[in-house]
Amino acid sequence: MDQSELEKLAHLARIDVADDVLEDAARSITDVLALVDQLQSANTDGVAPMAHPQDAQQRLRADDVTEPNCRDAYQAIAPQTEEGLYLVPKVID
Amino acid sequence: MQWETVIGLEIHVQLATKSKLFSASSTTFGAEPNTQASAIDLAMPGTLPSPNEEAFRFATMFGLAINADINKHSVFERKNYFYPDLPKGYQTTQLAEPIVGAGIVTVQLEGGSTKDVRIHHAHLEEDAGKSLHEDFHGMSGIDLNRAGTPLIEVVTEPDMRNAEEAVAFAKKLHSLVTSLGICDGEMSQGSMRFDVNISVRPYGQEELGTRTETKNLNSFRFMEEAIEMEVERQIEVLESGGSIRQETRLYNGDTKQARSMRSKEESNDYRYFPCPDLLPVVLDDAYIERVRQQLPELPETKKQRYIEELGLSAYDADILSGDAATAQYFEATAKLSGQAKLAANWIMGDIAARLNQEEISISQSPISAEQLAGLIARIDDGTISSKIAKQVFESMWAGEGDADSIIESKGLKQVSDTGALEKMVDDVIANNQAQVDNYRSADEKKRPKMLGFFVGQIMKASKGQANPQAVNEILLKKLNDQ
Amino acid sequence: MHNLTIAELAKGLRDKSFSSVELAQHFLGRIQRLDKTYNSYITITEDTALAQAKAADERLANNDDSPLCGIPIAHKDIFCTTGIRTSCGSKMLDNFLAPYDATVVENLATTGAVMLGKTNMDEFAMGSSNETSYYGPVKNPWSTDCVPGGSSGGSAAAVAARIAPGATATDTGGSIRQPASLCGLTGLKPTYGRVSRWGMIAFASSLDQAGTLTRTAEDSAIMLQAMASFDNKDSTCIDHAIPDYCASLNNDISGLKIGVPKEYFGEGLNPGTEQAVRAALEELEKLGASIKEVSLPHSHLAVPTYYVIAPAECSANLSRFDGARYGYRCESPKDLEDMYKRSRGEGFGDEVIRRILVGTYALSAGYYDAYYRKAQQTRRLIKQDFMDAFKEVDVIVGPTATSTAFGFGAKKDPVAMYMEDIYTIATNLAGLPGMSIPCGLVDQKPVGLQIIGQDWDEARMLNIAHQFQRATDFHQLAPQGIE
Repeated sequence: MDQSELEKLAHLARIDVADDVLEDAARSITDVLALVDQLQSANTDGVAPMAHPQDAQQRLRADDVTEPNCRDAYQAIAPQTEEGLYLVPKVID
Repeated sequence: MQWETVIGLEIHVQLATKSKLFSASSTTFGAEPNTQASAIDLAMPGTLPSPNEEAFRFATMFGLAINADINKHSVFERKNYFYPDLPKGYQTTQLAEPIVGAGIVTVQLEGGSTKDVRIHHAHLEEDAGKSLHEDFHGMSGIDLNRAGTPLIEVVTEPDMRNAEEAVAFAKKLHSLVTSLGICDGEMSQGSMRFDVNISVRPYGQEELGTRTETKNLNSFRFMEEAIEMEVERQIEVLESGGSIRQETRLYNGDTKQARSMRSKEESNDYRYFPCPDLLPVVLDDAYIERVRQQLPELPETKKQRYIEELGLSAYDADILSGDAATAQYFEATAKLSGQAKLAANWIMGDIAARLNQEEISISQSPISAEQLAGLIARIDDGTISSKIAKQVFESMWAGEGDADSIIESKGLKQVSDTGALEKMVDDVIANNQAQVDNYRSADEKKRPKMLGFFVGQIMKASKGQANPQAVNEILLKKLNDQ
Repeated sequence: MHNLTIAELAKGLRDKSFSSVELAQHFLGRIQRLDKTYNSYITITEDTALAQAKAADERLANNDDSPLCGIPIAHKDIFCTTGIRTSCGSKMLDNFLAPYDATVVENLATTGAVMLGKTNMDEFAMGSSNETSYYGPVKNPWSTDCVPGGSSGGSAAAVAARIAPGATATDTGGSIRQPASLCGLTGLKPTYGRVSRWGMIAFASSLDQAGTLTRTAEDSAIMLQAMASFDNKDSTCIDHAIPDYCASLNNDISGLKIGVPKEYFGEGLNPGTEQAVRAALEELEKLGASIKEVSLPHSHLAVPTYYVIAPAECSANLSRFDGARYGYRCESPKDLEDMYKRSRGEGFGDEVIRRILVGTYALSAGYYDAYYRKAQQTRRLIKQDFMDAFKEVDVIVGPTATSTAFGFGAKKDPVAMYMEDIYTIATNLAGLPGMSIPCGLVDQKPVGLQIIGQDWDEARMLNIAHQFQRATDFHQLAPQGIE
């Protein structure tokens, strides 16, 4: 993994990785990828992927509205709100 | 060069469930910002999704209505991207295993021909919130009331060849989902939003041209305008030697301008993977059969019934069955008045014109079906003429009450009293001796035409209230018996 | 009081040897005095503890029979607690006062348990040494030069130092069992789906499971009884009958068939650890169990499989920490991208960032099949190994960790740290329940014996552990120098 590849990943994940640690991060991630590359040696022909430990199916909820309005409680822990809205730096389409 | 347009649609249909797809928050439109955003909708740490069974029932209904395969095993996946209206940083959606498989929708075109549009699939997913851009000190405000509202995204094959077909398909889909009762169809509230994929290619070429996607069109008119503008733009670019860039575009219906979207343009890598917080949804045959049994009457069936049982023309039946609210209004009016054809004429004529003029939907009509039926009954029993009926209609529209009270208070009742009418006829004959002579000397065949003059005079004298049929009879008698 | 087990404390409360308020005060006093050394708590909830203890005393006066009524416990700081900071060991959530309780917290509060505070942990539960916490490393009470293990290092150190009688914890790849092993405790990770994950901040959703850190198997049984519930709010929580875990503790284990996986005794296992584990197996044989060697042929794939699946899931699970609605937001973001990137870059520590990036890579276009899909397939092979083994044996027993507690900074290389969980990770991938119980000391540091059960077989595992603890006294050993 080179630094430019890492920068691309960091952008996808929206994480600012400081320039001085990029090299170190790239190296350690390369090590991790070398570890997980051991998977390639496994024969998985015909093996169905397993997404969940339990072979269960989804339960469905009745269509009832039971959530109360907790806006004040939720916005009490927000970085910035105004008129009931969460404020973030301007969104540009 | 001759160009062929190729259009495919992706339609987001908001499902009319009471609660959201993964939380028990209300989906009601128009609430105060963030008052319908629960901890799940806000993606608070440690919260987990709980899927709504009604959303699955609605999606199943849709699939059955378009004769699609219902996938008995469907899986939610996470589509990862950062956006402030997407609190989890991923949208929970379906990709590899959507609930609704391939289907087909047949569209009636204006010239009487039909068009089959293939549905690639339809999947369940959650809606995003809204970013409000009015200026909060240079910041945007985020309202997450809509976040988590269930949607089905219907994806068509690129089967449409012009704006007319695309709009006809869109209208048909609107008709279908509102008739099923799975969507309120309120386009202005964003209940149905269309993404249009457009490309052009030289006629005869098999390979598709590079397409653009115009997102979030929420009216049929905007859709038509946007398609026409984009097709024109693409042809212009190609004919001047340029090439089309694959991009996402926005069309502004107010300014009639389209532009390329900036922020979503970077090459997106959504990193889909099965959502580990949710298990596969498994539906069995018995469930699907139960949903099928409970399907409401579909527009197509309704149309046939209107033709066969109510004697409407195919054209009228198509329009009246197309929209659930219109169909409901029509059926109520027809039933109460006992006059299906008259009801159809009024709804497609005066009612439609006024709704159009005031840009409101039939459910907002100031004249209820009961009131319209009342008016039709008075025409039918001869209390008023159709001409006077228009006057009564205007008063009803203005909220002056129902037909009977307006007729009463304005004294609009038709004059059918023979004595009064005979006097009027006598006066007209006496005052128009020349025309009377002409009439009497005229050929039998020409007479009916000439009669119109006298009828007109009498109607004028009676301020339109004379019963035209009675007037006719008396006139004929008096003119013919000299 | 602090040397008593939960079961003994419950008896003491009913004998009126002490009240719940006295008990809470005693532990709060110890935390104040001793935790400067161990750093096992992030937040001490004194007011809540005293109020809950007072309420518990009233319930006890009315003959409440819940074994946890009035018992002080600590919660790993991964469980949301209403109005109380729930940091997950991260700067990102340093200011996060959760607006609701986790189901685990609610269930324990309902039985009358008293919350002493929130324990330290590796940031977002990512680590095996508790060195990644924003709140500083936790010290192992057995040797303060050594790590307590992780990620539930705070819960383990608090129980080992007798500053909490028991604690909740979570285990994604060994985060309960490995600290239990390194701190001489009984740690139980139940079957995936046994305990609700609602309100438990997700690291890797398909692997995370809440469990217990206590001194004895009996205490684990008591705590699990309270924590396990069927919860509709967690779709992955399974509606499976919950047995009475204490009722079967005293069952005879003769005839028990124990499988010993040969892959768990290979290169990398410390000889002292191996010796202690082999001795424990002999002890179990004396209790009537039979030992049979089994093979889990895909064991070598467990760590690589895990380090695709866990980072992939975490890369999405941690996207919600974006500075918009709660938690850390960077100073004066210049635009939206800047808010995202700096809030996350500054709010997350190195290990968390590393795993998010690895997960992002594994899911990204072009790599999905080679990594994520492949790992889902090897995950099935790993589960199948266990299923095959369980056709021949009732439980699987082996070492929990390769060695005893190691020094701070000893495993700077992430991959070396990842190998810490080599024996525990497969259990999470398969969703199986796993336990670690003390089975000896090497250089005055504890060794853990791992018991891996079949799905929903916690009662049998607790029974085995309890019988072992009746026959041995490793679980009664206390770290030297504990006040």
